[in-house]
Amino acid sequence: MRIEVKDLKHAYGESKVLSNAALNGVSLNIEEGEFFGIIGQTGSGKTTFVQHLNGLIKLQKDSGSIKVGEFDFADKKCDFRALRAKLGMVFQYPEYQLFAETVKDDVAFGVKNFMPNISEEQTEQMVKEALTTVGLNYEKIKDKSPFELSGGQKRRVAIAGVIVTKPEVLVLDEPVAGLDPQGKRDFIALLHRLHKTFVKTIVLVSHDMDLVAENCTRIAVFAHGNVLLQGTPKQVFADEPMLKELGLELPVTAYLTKELEKIGVNIDNDYTAQSFVDALINYYKGGKA
Amino acid sequence: MAILTLENVSFSYDKRTRAIKNVSLQVDKGEYIAIIGHNGSGKSTLSKLFNGLCVPDAGEVTVDGFSSRNKKDLFEIRKRVGVVFQNPDNQLVASIVEDDVAFGPENLGVEREEIGKRIDFALKAVGMEKFRHSSPTRLSGGQKQRIAIAGVLALNPEILVLDESTAMLDPQGREEVLSVIRKLNKEQGVTVITVSHYMDEIVGADRVFVMNDGEIALSGTPEEIFKQKEKITSLGLENPVCSEIAQKLIDRGLNLPDGILTREKLLEELCALK
Repeated sequence: MRIEVKDLKHAYGESKVLSNAALNGVSLNIEEGEFFGIIGQTGSGKTTFVQHLNGLIKLQKDSGSIKVGEFDFADKKCDFRALRAKLGMVFQYPEYQLFAETVKDDVAFGVKNFMPNISEEQTEQMVKEALTTVGLNYEKIKDKSPFELSGGQKRRVAIAGVIVTKPEVLVLDEPVAGLDPQGKRDFIALLHRLHKTFVKTIVLVSHDMDLVAENCTRIAVFAHGNVLLQGTPKQVFADEPMLKELGLELPVTAYLTKELEKIGVNIDNDYTAQSFVDALINYYKGGKA
Repeated sequence: MAILTLENVSFSYDKRTRAIKNVSLQVDKGEYIAIIGHNGSGKSTLSKLFNGLCVPDAGEVTVDGFSSRNKKDLFEIRKRVGVVFQNPDNQLVASIVEDDVAFGPENLGVEREEIGKRIDFALKAVGMEKFRHSSPTRLSGGQKQRIAIAGVLALNPEILVLDESTAMLDPQGREEVLSVIRKLNKEQGVTVITVSHYMDEIVGADRVFVMNDGEIALSGTPEEIFKQKEKITSLGLENPVCSEIAQKLIDRGLNLPDGILTREKLLEELCALK
């Protein structure tokens, strides 16, 4: 499913005088198959934008258009329930949203809510699959209360509750915040695993520039409710002055590349750790010797 | 001079598995201590033992001579140990910033005039004096955490404990909070203990304790800790991205020293190679 957003505007608050514009005409296309990153300062409109993508925030009148695959949000008959089964949304600190008495019921909720015609048996099978995918032992965990699990396990259960409907698009808002390094590594590995199976497109909102540079195919930079810049990590992180003005830090790889350039060391790379290391080794070992 | 002492402390939440196993440590007045460890390593439990939110099953925690095993000492301990927690939204109680900061001292029955002075001091210390009459709901996460810190400072604590207080903040908010903490430590002499799983937060600490499975697995200066790369990885903690890149370069035969902690240091070393 291709995501096509044109001239999207959104204002919070009812009053015309006091209303607060969060989006000022965002146009952005995300192609099927992408691992798309969204960066920007707190308050830049990132979260408001992604919350539009599954219809959680309603498209306001005369405020642009959103199309996700065959779903046209302007269409009065747009079936948001069906959309939400296909476009999964993982919010910040998803573990705070667990509510059911057992892990099994919590994960099954997505199926019951968005896919009303699925049988109990089938649902159980789907729940089992989802929990296994996120690396949890179904038999051991299914009857536990979500509240007796560790933080990392809770987050996995929450993710299982989103991927249980096998969404084609997965939108994640700051998914690694609060995870320790090992948890973070495992989580990124899980995303890549999902991206190789039923999840075709990943949209990731993050403050972690190193994470975005390492994993994303393209990035959009949000500021003041607009997309100021979009492109590959290489293109986006090339514009250091603009990022600085927006209070965004460069990933370590881009920072080092730029600083080395100033002393005449030119190493062309894609800003992933591997390509940076390769380019630098090539320079010092190949170029010089 | 030791202000906080743990002697062979053990603690269990459920009387079966021990969250803290026989931990001993000592913190001197004015020190900046960083405690790190992965999720479930016991670091948060440790910080709850510091101010008597948790009381040891065995061993003893003493603050300024008061032991948390004596119920009547708990009040004295909490007067001395202020804790700032992770979620800024869970810690602010009033609808106006100055009322929020005043909440602690008001509860202790501090004189009105003195409370005014403490609000002045605390808001200035965290750089939020302009927001004295604002509503906390209108502040960013970093600003809210600074108000939470001010609320603790208004109690004139001897020790400031920050339990993952930057985990929910964006990079700018984190930097705001960290620079306030460092300043309080350097200029006001407040003893600081930060608890986190961000390796880069240990930079600037006097001493570091690495927790694993309820025990202190490593301790030393940040430089000493960073040098033990394999140990750190095996403890579920990772070096900052730049240390990992440095390691990759070393593995590929580049002549770089061990223990590179920051991107600036790595740059300096790379420039020297040219």
